[in-house]
Amino acid sequence: MGAELALVTDALVRATPLMIAGLAVALAFRGGVFNIGAEGQLLVGAAAATTVSLAGHAFFGRGVVVIALAAAAVAGGCWAAIAAELRRRFRVLEIISTIMLNFIAIYLVSFLVRGPLQEPTHIYPQTESLPAAARLPILVPGSRLHLGFALGVAAAVLLSWVFRKTAIGFRIRATGASPLAAFTAGRIDVSRTSFLVFLFSGALAGIAGGIEVTGVTFALYENLSPGYGYTAIAVALIAGLNPLGIIASGIFFGALETGASALQREFAVPSSIASVVEAALIIGVLTLTAIRNRRVPGRAS
Amino acid sequence: MSTDDTSNVALELHDITKRFGSVVALENVSLQIKRGRIKALLGENGAGKTTLMRVAFGMIQPDAGWISVNGVRTKLPSPSRAIAAGIGMVHQQFSLIPAMTVVENVALGGTGTFSREEIASTLSDISSRTGLVLDPFAKVAHLSNADRQKLEIIRALAHKASVLILDEPTAVLAPGDVTELFKQLKSFAHHGGAVVLITHKLSDAREHADDVTVLRRGRLVLNEEMSATTDESLAAAMLGSSRDFSTPQRKSIPSVSTTVVSVRSVVLADNPRRSPVSLEIGRGEIVGIAALDGAATSLLRAIANRVKPLSGTIELPERIGFVPENRKDEALIADFSLAENLALADASSRSGVMDWNAIADETTEVIRAFDVRTPGNEVSPAKLSGGNQQRFVLGRELRGRPALLVLENPTQGLDLNAAHFVHEQLGEARDNGAAVVFYSSDLDELADLSDRVLVVSRAGVISVPPDRDNIGRALLGTDGS
Repeated sequence: MGAELALVTDALVRATPLMIAGLAVALAFRGGVFNIGAEGQLLVGAAAATTVSLAGHAFFGRGVVVIALAAAAVAGGCWAAIAAELRRRFRVLEIISTIMLNFIAIYLVSFLVRGPLQEPTHIYPQTESLPAAARLPILVPGSRLHLGFALGVAAAVLLSWVFRKTAIGFRIRATGASPLAAFTAGRIDVSRTSFLVFLFSGALAGIAGGIEVTGVTFALYENLSPGYGYTAIAVALIAGLNPLGIIASGIFFGALETGASALQREFAVPSSIASVVEAALIIGVLTLTAIRNRRVPGRAS
Repeated sequence: MSTDDTSNVALELHDITKRFGSVVALENVSLQIKRGRIKALLGENGAGKTTLMRVAFGMIQPDAGWISVNGVRTKLPSPSRAIAAGIGMVHQQFSLIPAMTVVENVALGGTGTFSREEIASTLSDISSRTGLVLDPFAKVAHLSNADRQKLEIIRALAHKASVLILDEPTAVLAPGDVTELFKQLKSFAHHGGAVVLITHKLSDAREHADDVTVLRRGRLVLNEEMSATTDESLAAAMLGSSRDFSTPQRKSIPSVSTTVVSVRSVVLADNPRRSPVSLEIGRGEIVGIAALDGAATSLLRAIANRVKPLSGTIELPERIGFVPENRKDEALIADFSLAENLALADASSRSGVMDWNAIADETTEVIRAFDVRTPGNEVSPAKLSGGNQQRFVLGRELRGRPALLVLENPTQGLDLNAAHFVHEQLGEARDNGAAVVFYSSDLDELADLSDRVLVVSRAGVISVPPDRDNIGRALLGTDGS
């Protein structure tokens, strides 16, 4: 019973960064911005949250978690702003620039955990552990399931509401669906809208990193993210970029990945099988989407 | 002249019909292209010239009709089959690889192995026959536009083209190069080749072509030897001589009215050398804009507040309705429902929470008032016919009575009923006090609908009385090419 509960909560813990980064990807894609940089934004978010938590817990007590997550959002947003500004000013393709920024973020974290943020003994390439006051509360006693999961679900519900009900959400959808019509018929400032979408997408991914540090790892280290930001693209696409669907697809991928680790432990099935299943799923979904789009009438020439 | 001699026909198109979605691009067009002659294919933008020739080149499959090459019925499922059948096409946008040399570009599309020397000798053959001379080992990136076009033609000839189709070949050329081009085309025709020249420039066609075919709105309206035509008969055919539809419009003499639009010394980015444009448009008048070759596009968009002028000022009212020519891509979003497309019109001024119930009601009201045939307001506009899309867009833009309504070719691709409906709506908007500005490529539409007409060209803007002859003459006089 306890073991089974742990399997479920572990899956939800694993699902949390996938879900939140997935929302970041969905926000960007729905707004016509191909932000492939959730991974990098997540990492700088994690770094910022760690720094703020370690430096600030003495002053702020329990409240430091909130400030750490805010710092993670700002850091993720700033990291995305580099690519967003390059796109707005020079039309640099964000697909390329965000991937490059991912690499920079990975090595930035490497530098931090071997340099300025390394733990006091200077033996391990990681930071000091966060004190208890700087950690997210646990939702289910006896498990690792933390408040971040609930925050992720809330963010999904909020984003869904923004898309469906608000004027700004409508402008984002219009800009993403057809920038030309959004400008000509809707007189929407398309470049400003996609710039802001880019920043908020980065901020969400940054929060995913902040939550991972304050909820799961309690420290910054090199392989903090096993590619959450990339899997998040799959999570978002499988859900059809629908925020509520991302709750489900996030949990699905979380279960898949924790299940694969369990399979490897128990039955020596290589855990790479999860990656293979993920990749096959993405190709399948993309193919189905392409087929559906081809059937839209009046798309000739 | 043995124009009826069928043994001379290199390429024949029979009753070609092509639809894109609900738009009829070509309707029962038949055409003969003869050896030894240059045929001009004339027509306004969107008349179907390029589409027709893409059918002949295997790029587009017709919905109905068939093609014969050298008298033999042939299927052309792809450009490579067309090339194999001896048809070559030079597109408006060159299809060359700049990083490669002339011979390498000629070798493109071949199969198996190739030898530079062999191709170079083919090229020198071609140059001695036609006068098309190019350094075979020059990099395309270093060639001028005129030379790149030469290379396109040489490539077609190297692939043994006996029919050469050129899409607006003079658009990218300096005047001297134009003369050169036609000299070479004539020599190609002289050696038994057939040439099709897609153009909207009357002067080029009249000077150099032996035969002329005119398309208008996807229909063949004139097919003659050039010598049997006049400037006036060609212009009339291009711009609409026969009445396509009747327009029961009351011409109101605009009473001295308040100015709605005031354009002062405006210079636009697409025509920076045109003398600055100044004009005024008042309440309760319909102003028609006549122009060739999109010369009025950005002026119209500046009036619709969609384009910023380089210099000068434009005073505009708060509420402006705008109906772009490209409904599918600019007026409507196919991924959105009709209700969402209605909300799009004032997307930029909305804030807070969207009242989708109210928007759905408004959509239903527009659908009713403008008689849009649709299964409901939750469907995609892509499910509607072109006429119903236009009714919907017009209804959306006229909602809330804008002080100014700007339209681009508002009846393009519409059937008679829908076109008539659009005309009525424009009249009603005018009678309700709106200023209406519309561009049309149809002379009759301009003459019948407008209270006054402005002819916009590369040179400037002149005002003419709203009748066909005056508009036509002003257009030709200011063609400037």
